[in-house]
Amino acid sequence: MKRHAYFAAGVGAGIPIFLGYLAVSFTFGIMAKNCGLSVFQAVVLSASNLTSAGQFSGLTLITAGAPLAEMAATQFVINLRYCLMSCSLSQKIDEKTPFFHRFFMAYGVTDEIFGVSVSREGRLSPFYFYGLVTISALGWVGGTFLGVVSGSLLPARIVSALSIALYGMFIAIIIPPARSSKVVAGIIMISMLLSLLFTAAPLLKEISSGFRIIILTVVISGAAAFFFPIADDGGVEQEELS
Amino acid sequence: MKPSVYAYIAVMAAVTYLIRLLPLTLIRREIKNKFIRSFLYYVPFVTLSVMVFPAILTATSSKCASAAGFAAALILAYCRRSLITVALCASAVVFLIELLPVI
Repeated sequence: MKRHAYFAAGVGAGIPIFLGYLAVSFTFGIMAKNCGLSVFQAVVLSASNLTSAGQFSGLTLITAGAPLAEMAATQFVINLRYCLMSCSLSQKIDEKTPFFHRFFMAYGVTDEIFGVSVSREGRLSPFYFYGLVTISALGWVGGTFLGVVSGSLLPARIVSALSIALYGMFIAIIIPPARSSKVVAGIIMISMLLSLLFTAAPLLKEISSGFRIIILTVVISGAAAFFFPIADDGGVEQEELS
Repeated sequence: MKPSVYAYIAVMAAVTYLIRLLPLTLIRREIKNKFIRSFLYYVPFVTLSVMVFPAILTATSSKCASAAGFAAALILAYCRRSLITVALCASAVVFLIELLPVI
């Protein structure tokens, strides 16, 4: 496949991200406007950060006039999950891919772009990744712009309906592999149950969502790797024993 | 004096970019260790599952609609439908259920 073919494939695969981002960033744009940011500031914020939870919490801190160090610490905690995702992606990039690509690819490591990238078979082409990032960033920045300039352009019903699109996409990524691997199916169920526990149980629910994701990812993936190490071809070893 | 909005934006962008960049550039070789390879293999499944549930239930303006959208997405994903099909059908289900007068 040629570079532009990879790029086009990435753009196509990113359409659900585009739609989901449009809805979420539209809401972000409305909030940014309410916090007193100009159109330009909101657009620069979205284009330079490309992250949802971090930006929403950032708005709160900007409005409160928090110290810059507090802003840095908050962003670090909320976005630390990207560190795990980048570790995972580092193994999907071909060793022969020129090194400088990693500096550009790092910009686009979001929950959704990561999810779609890992669901693709084989090595990850930087150009496929750039296609994904381009269409996704277009949705993210465009939605922000529309939210600030016209908070009523997208009807609330449409925004509400599209807000589930990204979750639907995640489900479409994790469920098919679970059909052929009982280990993966079990891990998905355990992850969801523990996530529910961490959201509802006293004390545990005080943990921020960013840390919840990190703690559960490290603990559950670690346990799974210990009990069900994968074979070199990527499949789970001794699946029949599980 | 409060820092300017642009100072905040610069700090946010720098912290977020470095978190994304460091693992990508520091881990250049293929990891041979079986435990770490297995760990990284499982990471996406756990991370995405934790992000989906229970957050999906409060993603839209009604819990019933979200639950129905969740169910629709699970069924379609099980039938190996594409990402865009699952995402749009879940949205369509939410849209239709929110049209119902009782909710």
